[in-house]
Amino acid sequence: MSMSTTGLEAAAGAPNAGEYVLHHLANLNSSGHPQSVMVDFSIINYDTLFFSIALGAAGLFCMWRIARRATAGVPGRAQAALEILIEMVGNQAKAIVHNEQSRRFVAPLALTVFIWVLLMNSMDFLPVDLLPLIWQKLSGNPHAYLRVVPTADLNGTLGLSVGVLLLCFFYNIKTKGLGGWVHELFTAPFGNHPLLYIPNFVMQLIEFIAKTVSHGMRLFGNMYAGELLFLLIALMGMAFPSMSLFGGSLLWLGHLVTGTLWALFHIFIVVLQAFIFMMLTLVYIGQAHESH
Amino acid sequence: MYLNATLLAQITVFIILALFTMKFVWPPIVKALDERAARISEGLAEAERGRQSLALSARSAAETVREGKEKAAEVIAQAEKRAGQIIDKAKADALLEAEKVVAAAKEEIAQEEARMRESLRGRVADLAVAGAEKILRREVDARAHAEMLAALRLDL
Repeated sequence: MSMSTTGLEAAAGAPNAGEYVLHHLANLNSSGHPQSVMVDFSIINYDTLFFSIALGAAGLFCMWRIARRATAGVPGRAQAALEILIEMVGNQAKAIVHNEQSRRFVAPLALTVFIWVLLMNSMDFLPVDLLPLIWQKLSGNPHAYLRVVPTADLNGTLGLSVGVLLLCFFYNIKTKGLGGWVHELFTAPFGNHPLLYIPNFVMQLIEFIAKTVSHGMRLFGNMYAGELLFLLIALMGMAFPSMSLFGGSLLWLGHLVTGTLWALFHIFIVVLQAFIFMMLTLVYIGQAHESH
Repeated sequence: MYLNATLLAQITVFIILALFTMKFVWPPIVKALDERAARISEGLAEAERGRQSLALSARSAAETVREGKEKAAEVIAQAEKRAGQIIDKAKADALLEAEKVVAAAKEEIAQEEARMRESLRGRVADLAVAGAEKILRREVDARAHAEMLAALRLDL
């Protein structure tokens, strides 16, 4: 795919719309070309990892700097802002996870999720071609791949939701004991009867899979769709030199208007999805503490 | 929609970031918040105590002022009474003194009278002697005698 794209681009001078979009949706990975098999654990996405780690580190570093100078006296603006955030997350955690000891980890975890997802989603606000172009110049490869939104990569979001799933297992075992949890797996939700053991267990499996997949997929879908729409808007703008002056101007104007509107609306989606992801993290871990 | 090893890396990164937050970000802020809440409640209690003690001291101040006024009135009344007493005593003293002066004056007058009487008596004797001399030097003239005797009488 990458070879044919390269050939076409060399011939035509510019990629066609499909090639442009597909190029943007291909990760910079360890294999050097877009992944073709659905699941391949020998490949790793450098871009997703780089941006998620960089953004997570930057976010936590800022919060750490504020927290280090935290004073019980009159707080500065940064501290006040962080305090509002922590109060908000702390109150949600208190309402959802009814275990003081677990909250000591779960509440900071929820804060991490919120800040991290918010920052990763926010990468969508950068012009779609900015960082890929810089990377192509830096790497010296004019066809280098780069995706800058880690949450528009299924690995990024499923990584988070599977992490939450593992924590759910951990807290299930911690609060109910291994035996208690296995007992629950086979006796809930339908009841304690030998005939119902298998249906119960199947239901539980489906529940866990559905929770985790929907958790990761919801965020991924939103960000992927957002990114795709930005790409299409960018395409509209790019097409204007090929049209007549009037048609080209209309496309350019369309790019301006839709790009602005979608970016504004996306601010809402970015924050909302980060909040939803955080809340679901709390809800799922809270459910792990409740016995049926 | 492609899954690969990034997934596993992301899980690890996720847990590490959460642990970092739990260790270095969350506790200082929560500690600061709790401390501030404690300080605020302390301050409120302090203010409440202050208000109570203010009311208390206002009440005691009013009490002191009232006592002061009472005492002042008492002192004034006593002073007035004492002044009356002093005036009365002064009046009595003055009366006594006046009586004494009057008595002394009366006595002096009486003495003076006596002295006058004494001296008059002397002069009467002298006059009698002088009259007798005159009578003896002249011839006895009844009329002149009578005149002389009348003058004598006037002198007495």
